[in-house]
Amino acid sequence: MALRLTQGHIDSIAAHGAQEYPNECCGAMLGVEVDGAKEVRQLAPLRNLRHDRARAEELLPLSEPEKESEKNRFLIDPEDMLRVERDARKRGLDVVGFYHSHPDHPARPSRYDREHAFPWYSYVIISVEAGKPGTYTSWTLQEDRSEFDQELIEVLGVNVPQGATAIAESRRQG
Amino acid sequence: MAVKVIIPTPLRQYTEKRDAIELEAGTVAEALAGLTSKYQGLRKHLYNEEGKLRSFVNIYLNDEDIRYLQKDQTPLNENDIISIVPSIAGGQNLQCICS
Repeated sequence: MALRLTQGHIDSIAAHGAQEYPNECCGAMLGVEVDGAKEVRQLAPLRNLRHDRARAEELLPLSEPEKESEKNRFLIDPEDMLRVERDARKRGLDVVGFYHSHPDHPARPSRYDREHAFPWYSYVIISVEAGKPGTYTSWTLQEDRSEFDQELIEVLGVNVPQGATAIAESRRQG
Repeated sequence: MAVKVIIPTPLRQYTEKRDAIELEAGTVAEALAGLTSKYQGLRKHLYNEEGKLRSFVNIYLNDEDIRYLQKDQTPLNENDIISIVPSIAGGQNLQCICS
Protein backbone atom coordinates (compact mmCIF):
# COMPACT_ATOMS: atom_id res chain seq x y z
CA MET A 1 0.00 0.00 0.00
CA ALA A 2 1.37 3.44 -0.87
CA LEU A 3 1.37 6.48 1.36
CA ARG A 4 0.14 9.72 -0.17
CA LEU A 5 0.89 13.10 1.32
CA THR A 6 1.41 16.66 0.18
CA GLN A 7 4.63 18.62 0.05
CA GLY A 8 3.10 20.71 2.85
CA HIS A 9 2.93 17.61 5.07
CA ILE A 10 6.57 16.77 4.27
CA ASP A 11 7.62 20.36 5.06
CA SER A 12 5.77 20.20 8.40
CA ILE A 13 7.42 16.88 9.36
CA ALA A 14 10.83 18.30 8.37
CA ALA A 15 10.23 21.49 10.37
CA HIS A 16 9.15 19.47 13.42
CA GLY A 17 12.28 17.31 13.16
CA ALA A 18 14.50 20.42 12.92
CA GLN A 19 12.72 22.11 15.81
CA GLU A 20 13.18 19.14 18.14
CA TYR A 21 16.79 18.42 17.12
CA PRO A 22 18.89 16.92 18.75
CA ASN A 23 15.89 15.07 20.20
CA GLU A 24 13.49 12.85 18.30
CA CYS A 25 10.19 14.37 17.20
CA CYS A 26 7.04 12.34 16.68
CA GLY A 27 3.50 12.74 15.46
CA ALA A 28 0.46 10.96 14.06
CA MET A 29 -0.80 11.06 10.48
CA LEU A 30 -4.57 11.15 10.05
CA GLY A 31 -6.23 10.19 6.82
CA VAL A 32 -8.28 7.71 4.86
CA GLU A 33 -7.70 4.61 2.76
CA VAL A 34 -8.40 5.43 -0.90
CA ASP A 35 -7.83 3.11 -3.88
CA GLY A 36 -5.44 0.91 -1.94
CA ALA A 37 -3.38 3.83 -0.65
CA LYS A 38 -3.27 5.61 2.68
CA GLU A 39 -3.95 9.26 2.02
CA VAL A 40 -2.85 11.70 4.72
CA ARG A 41 -5.24 14.59 5.34
CA GLN A 42 -3.78 16.03 8.50
CA LEU A 43 -0.77 15.76 10.79
CA ALA A 44 -0.98 15.75 14.57
CA PRO A 45 2.43 16.66 16.03
CA LEU A 46 2.74 15.01 19.43
CA ARG A 47 4.97 15.33 22.44
CA ASN A 48 7.79 12.83 22.83
CA LEU A 49 6.93 11.37 26.23
CA ARG A 50 10.58 10.32 26.72
CA HIS A 51 11.07 13.90 28.01
CA ASP A 52 8.98 12.82 31.02
CA ARG A 53 11.19 10.04 32.27
CA ALA A 54 9.06 8.90 35.19
CA ARG A 55 5.82 8.58 33.22
CA ALA A 56 7.55 7.08 30.19
CA GLU A 57 9.24 4.43 32.33
CA GLU A 58 5.91 3.54 33.90
CA LEU A 59 4.35 2.98 30.48
CA LEU A 60 7.19 1.39 28.56
CA PRO A 61 10.37 0.72 30.54
CA LEU A 62 13.68 1.13 28.74
CA SER A 63 15.97 -1.87 28.59
CA GLU A 64 19.18 0.21 28.67
CA PRO A 65 18.24 3.46 30.44
CA GLU A 66 21.87 4.59 30.63
CA LYS A 67 22.04 4.68 26.83
CA GLU A 68 18.45 5.49 25.92
CA SER A 69 16.89 8.97 26.09
CA GLU A 70 14.73 11.40 24.12
CA LYS A 71 17.72 11.75 21.76
CA ASN A 72 17.32 8.20 20.45
CA ARG A 73 13.87 7.08 21.64
CA PHE A 74 10.35 8.38 21.24
CA LEU A 75 7.15 7.33 22.91
CA ILE A 76 3.66 8.67 22.29
CA ASP A 77 1.53 8.99 25.41
CA PRO A 78 -1.40 6.56 25.05
CA GLU A 79 -3.64 9.31 26.40
CA ASP A 80 -2.59 11.54 23.51
CA MET A 81 -3.16 8.60 21.19
CA LEU A 82 -6.66 7.99 22.58
CA ARG A 83 -7.51 11.70 22.14
CA VAL A 84 -6.13 11.80 18.58
CA GLU A 85 -8.01 8.63 17.61
CA ARG A 86 -11.28 9.97 19.00
CA ASP A 87 -10.85 13.34 17.26
CA ALA A 88 -10.04 11.56 14.01
CA ARG A 89 -13.08 9.28 14.20
CA LYS A 90 -15.38 12.25 14.80
CA ARG A 91 -14.19 13.71 11.51
CA GLY A 92 -14.36 10.44 9.56
CA LEU A 93 -10.58 10.00 9.59
CA ASP A 94 -8.34 7.26 10.91
CA VAL A 95 -4.82 7.24 12.27
CA VAL A 96 -2.98 5.87 9.22
CA GLY A 97 0.52 6.04 10.65
CA PHE A 98 3.19 7.98 12.50
CA TYR A 99 6.32 9.95 11.78
CA HIS A 100 9.47 10.37 13.80
CA SER A 101 12.94 11.76 13.29
CA HIS A 102 16.32 10.09 13.51
CA PRO A 103 18.71 12.85 14.66
CA ASP A 104 22.14 12.34 13.04
CA HIS A 105 21.08 8.90 11.91
CA PRO A 106 19.85 7.43 8.61
CA ALA A 107 16.14 7.32 7.76
CA ARG A 108 16.00 3.56 8.21
CA PRO A 109 14.03 1.69 10.86
CA SER A 110 15.96 0.20 13.77
CA ARG A 111 15.37 -3.11 15.50
CA TYR A 112 13.74 -1.12 18.28
CA ASP A 113 11.36 0.46 15.74
CA ARG A 114 10.40 -3.01 14.50
CA GLU A 115 9.91 -4.49 17.94
CA HIS A 116 7.48 -1.73 18.85
CA ALA A 117 5.58 -1.42 15.57
CA PHE A 118 2.16 -2.57 14.50
CA PRO A 119 1.25 -3.89 11.08
CA TRP A 120 -0.68 -1.74 8.58
CA TYR A 121 0.40 1.65 9.99
CA SER A 122 2.84 3.70 7.91
CA TYR A 123 5.99 4.68 9.78
CA VAL A 124 7.65 7.71 8.23
CA ILE A 125 11.23 8.34 9.33
CA ILE A 126 13.08 11.55 8.56
CA SER A 127 16.79 11.89 9.06
CA VAL A 128 17.91 15.17 10.64
CA GLU A 129 21.65 15.67 10.21
CA ALA A 130 23.24 18.43 12.30
CA GLY A 131 19.81 20.04 12.69
CA LYS A 132 18.96 19.95 8.98
CA PRO A 133 16.16 17.65 7.76
CA GLY A 134 17.28 15.30 5.02
CA THR A 135 16.09 12.00 3.60
CA TYR A 136 12.69 10.61 4.50
CA THR A 137 11.27 7.13 3.97
CA SER A 138 8.12 5.21 4.92
CA TRP A 139 7.85 1.66 6.21
CA THR A 140 5.22 -0.92 7.10
CA LEU A 141 5.68 -3.92 9.35
CA GLN A 142 5.22 -7.36 7.83
CA GLU A 143 2.31 -9.39 9.16
CA ASP A 144 4.56 -11.85 11.01
CA ARG A 145 6.44 -8.91 12.62
CA SER A 146 9.74 -10.18 11.15
CA GLU A 147 10.67 -7.20 8.96
CA PHE A 148 9.74 -3.76 7.71
CA ASP A 149 8.98 -3.23 4.02
CA GLN A 150 9.77 0.12 2.50
CA GLU A 151 6.63 1.76 1.24
CA LEU A 152 6.06 3.88 -1.84
CA ILE A 153 5.55 7.56 -0.98
CA GLU A 154 3.49 9.64 -3.40
CA VAL A 155 3.97 13.39 -3.08
CA LEU A 156 1.85 15.56 -5.36
CA GLY A 157 1.84 12.87 -8.03
CA VAL A 158 5.60 12.26 -7.82
CA ASN A 159 6.66 8.74 -6.84
CA VAL A 160 9.43 8.55 -4.29
CA PRO A 161 10.19 4.85 -3.90
CA GLN A 162 13.62 5.07 -2.31
CA GLY A 163 13.26 8.11 -0.13
CA ALA A 164 13.97 11.70 -1.02
CA THR A 165 15.45 14.83 0.40
CA ALA A 166 12.82 16.63 2.36
CA ILE A 167 12.76 20.29 1.51
CA ALA A 168 15.62 21.58 -0.53
CA GLU A 169 15.05 19.69 -3.79
CA SER A 170 11.34 20.29 -4.16
CA ARG A 171 11.60 23.96 -3.20
CA ARG A 172 14.46 24.50 -5.59
CA GLN A 173 12.36 23.07 -8.41
CA GLY A 174 9.16 24.77 -7.31
CA MET B 1 -22.70 -6.71 30.98
CA ALA B 2 -22.96 -5.58 27.38
CA VAL B 3 -19.80 -3.64 26.56
CA LYS B 4 -18.11 -2.33 23.44
CA VAL B 5 -14.46 -2.80 22.49
CA ILE B 6 -12.97 -0.19 20.13
CA ILE B 7 -10.48 -1.72 17.70
CA PRO B 8 -7.56 0.46 16.44
CA THR B 9 -7.02 0.62 12.67
CA PRO B 10 -4.13 -1.88 12.34
CA LEU B 11 -6.05 -4.60 14.17
CA ARG B 12 -9.27 -4.31 12.16
CA GLN B 13 -7.91 -6.72 9.58
CA TYR B 14 -8.46 -9.40 12.25
CA THR B 15 -12.01 -8.32 13.12
CA GLU B 16 -13.58 -8.49 9.66
CA LYS B 17 -12.85 -4.73 9.28
CA ARG B 18 -15.11 -3.88 12.19
CA ASP B 19 -14.01 -0.89 14.27
CA ALA B 20 -16.03 -1.86 17.37
CA ILE B 21 -17.11 -5.20 18.78
CA GLU B 22 -19.96 -5.62 21.23
CA LEU B 23 -19.83 -8.47 23.70
CA GLU B 24 -20.92 -9.64 27.14
CA ALA B 25 -18.33 -9.68 29.92
CA GLY B 26 -18.00 -9.08 33.66
CA THR B 27 -14.37 -7.95 33.75
CA VAL B 28 -11.83 -6.50 31.33
CA ALA B 29 -10.05 -9.90 31.25
CA GLU B 30 -13.29 -11.63 30.24
CA ALA B 31 -13.94 -9.06 27.53
CA LEU B 32 -10.45 -9.50 26.04
CA ALA B 33 -10.71 -13.30 26.29
CA GLY B 34 -14.06 -13.18 24.50
CA LEU B 35 -12.62 -10.90 21.84
CA THR B 36 -9.52 -12.99 21.15
CA SER B 37 -11.42 -16.27 21.10
CA LYS B 38 -13.77 -14.85 18.48
CA TYR B 39 -10.98 -13.14 16.52
CA GLN B 40 -7.92 -15.32 17.08
CA GLY B 41 -5.64 -13.31 14.78
CA LEU B 42 -5.67 -10.53 17.39
CA ARG B 43 -3.96 -12.71 19.95
CA LYS B 44 -0.35 -12.40 18.77
CA HIS B 45 -0.57 -8.62 18.59
CA LEU B 46 -2.13 -8.21 22.05
CA TYR B 47 -0.34 -10.91 24.05
CA ASN B 48 3.29 -12.02 24.25
CA GLU B 49 4.52 -15.63 24.26
CA GLU B 50 3.79 -15.90 27.99
CA GLY B 51 0.17 -14.94 27.45
CA LYS B 52 0.59 -11.51 29.07
CA LEU B 53 -0.58 -8.27 27.47
CA ARG B 54 2.28 -6.82 25.42
CA SER B 55 4.00 -3.93 27.16
CA PHE B 56 3.08 -1.54 24.36
CA VAL B 57 -0.62 -2.42 24.36
CA ASN B 58 -2.71 -0.22 26.64
CA ILE B 59 -6.28 -0.92 27.63
CA TYR B 60 -8.56 1.96 28.56
CA LEU B 61 -11.92 1.56 30.23
CA ASN B 62 -13.86 4.64 29.16
CA ASP B 63 -11.22 7.34 29.95
CA GLU B 64 -9.11 5.41 32.46
CA ASP B 65 -6.03 3.29 31.89
CA ILE B 66 -6.80 -0.07 33.54
CA ARG B 67 -3.23 0.00 34.95
CA TYR B 68 -4.55 2.52 37.48
CA LEU B 69 -7.80 0.62 38.12
CA GLN B 70 -7.78 -3.09 38.93
CA LYS B 71 -5.85 -4.02 35.82
CA ASP B 72 -7.56 -6.79 33.85
CA GLN B 73 -9.69 -7.71 36.86
CA THR B 74 -11.45 -4.32 36.62
CA PRO B 75 -15.20 -4.98 36.75
CA LEU B 76 -17.37 -3.71 33.92
CA ASN B 77 -20.66 -1.82 33.93
CA GLU B 78 -23.37 -1.91 31.31
CA ASN B 79 -22.41 0.07 28.17
CA ASP B 80 -18.77 0.53 29.19
CA ILE B 81 -16.36 1.23 26.36
CA ILE B 82 -13.01 -0.54 26.27
CA SER B 83 -10.35 0.94 23.97
CA ILE B 84 -7.24 -0.89 22.80
CA VAL B 85 -4.64 1.86 22.52
CA PRO B 86 -1.20 1.08 21.10
CA SER B 87 1.83 2.73 22.73
CA ILE B 88 3.67 4.06 19.74
CA ALA B 89 7.41 3.92 20.31
CA GLY B 90 10.58 3.80 18.31
CA GLY B 91 14.03 5.20 17.87
CA GLN B 92 17.39 4.61 16.31
CA ASN B 93 19.92 1.84 16.78
CA LEU B 94 22.03 2.51 19.83
CA GLN B 95 25.55 3.46 18.94
CA CYS B 96 28.17 1.12 20.18
CA ILE B 97 30.18 2.86 22.87
CA CYS B 98 32.73 0.10 23.01
CA SER B 99 36.33 1.12 22.35
